[in-house]
Amino acid sequence: MNLTKNEYERLYQKKSPDSPLWRDMLWAGVIGGAICTVGQLVSNFYKGRGMDIEGASAATAITMVFLGALLTGLHLYDKLAKHAGAGTIVPITGFANAIVSPAMEFKSEGLVLGMAAKLFVIAGPVLVYGISASVIYGLLLFWIGG
Amino acid sequence: MAKRIGKRTIAFQQPPAILASAAIVGEKEGQGPLGQFFDVVSEDSHFGQKSWELAESEMQKRTISLAVEKAGLQLSDLDCILAGDLLNQCIGSSLASVDAHLPYLGLYGACSTMAQGMAMGAALIDGGAARKLAAAASSHFCSAERQYRFPLAYGGQRPPTAQWTATAAGAAVLAKGGSKVRVTHAIFGEMVDMGVKDANNMGSAMAPSACDTLEHLFEDTGTQPTDYDRILTGDLAAVGADLLVTLLRKDGIDITPVYSDCGSLLYGSEQDTHAGGSGCGCSAAVICGHILQEMEQGKLHKVIFAGTGALMSPTSLQQGQSIAGVCHAVVLERMA
Repeated sequence: MNLTKNEYERLYQKKSPDSPLWRDMLWAGVIGGAICTVGQLVSNFYKGRGMDIEGASAATAITMVFLGALLTGLHLYDKLAKHAGAGTIVPITGFANAIVSPAMEFKSEGLVLGMAAKLFVIAGPVLVYGISASVIYGLLLFWIGG
Repeated sequence: MAKRIGKRTIAFQQPPAILASAAIVGEKEGQGPLGQFFDVVSEDSHFGQKSWELAESEMQKRTISLAVEKAGLQLSDLDCILAGDLLNQCIGSSLASVDAHLPYLGLYGACSTMAQGMAMGAALIDGGAARKLAAAASSHFCSAERQYRFPLAYGGQRPPTAQWTATAAGAAVLAKGGSKVRVTHAIFGEMVDMGVKDANNMGSAMAPSACDTLEHLFEDTGTQPTDYDRILTGDLAAVGADLLVTLLRKDGIDITPVYSDCGSLLYGSEQDTHAGGSGCGCSAAVICGHILQEMEQGKLHKVIFAGTGALMSPTSLQQGQSIAGVCHAVVLERMA
């Protein structure tokens, strides 16, 4: 075999099929949209029962996280995600999936060093950078005097 | 005594025999096109155990026991066990044989482990260091996923180039004589690193090493692909197999008339495994379940089994290291 690494890279990239982007994006839009529609219905339900918008938003988030966790526990969320991709990762249900799935997976190593220690193995970066960004935003707002 | 021929190949003077072999697989593998050839298709992916790692060990343990039983032997008749898997520190194989009370050598060659075990086993026997031994390898989808990728219930997507780790184990019992199927040659390959860094494209990482080992084997033995009934790689899957054919063709070697890949054979196209199967157990089960059976029955006479492994760890990948491939091969022949 007389190929350089660059020549080989061109060859294997040519031989490697790409992900079906258009199909993936369509499914992400349809399923992600469906999850958001469910969220809107839940929110409307709470508002219809007399909650104010802030209370209804919090209750909706709690309900959606519960549903995401439930579907993860039933091994249905991963089956949905196989087609939906970003459509199931981006909504708050995806965050529930990212927390609950390691909890289920690593409980075989014990409740402390297994489940608890690995709980944030996927969602950890989202929390670290999400909270960091909110702190920076808060400080900027404080200094600029928003 | 074994003799080195050419640059890398080892020719066995008294080719060690494969007395018997066995393969145990999971349900998905049992539903594939080779399902009927496996000794046991387990509906319980836990194999009655409480963790996936123990499940894999139990599967490998049962496979070794079954192969020994099919050879008409008892475990205590063996001089040693050579076994490997994908788990950290090779714990799947260690736990599988901890109660065997036999000398044990753990192997790590990623998906090349079965070929590595057969080659080393044959060398030990022909060299007089062992009389009878078992070579085994296993992988379990669920133990591999949690170690290399994500929790099972995590909602992620795989690209089309990704391979599916097989839940499977294969074992072969090798001895000085006693059966027609022999290991006539072995070749240990060098690691070839062509700069592939994508763990979802291991076929591309391994194909150059398979090309290198096969070219050395043909040159050292003075043979060509059509001298063999089958040439099997394990496990390049669709992308890697296509690359191997292309690479060899560039060097004027055409293996297509006799070529198959274990990763492409194990699953049907409707089973949604993307590029195909992988994992130590994939080629181990295809060889020990299907190919050796066909040789036993006289349907195949001369076969190259070239196991290919992707040498990487999640840590090495996160640190930006590329994936080296390695390919070890054995020539299996049915003596008249």
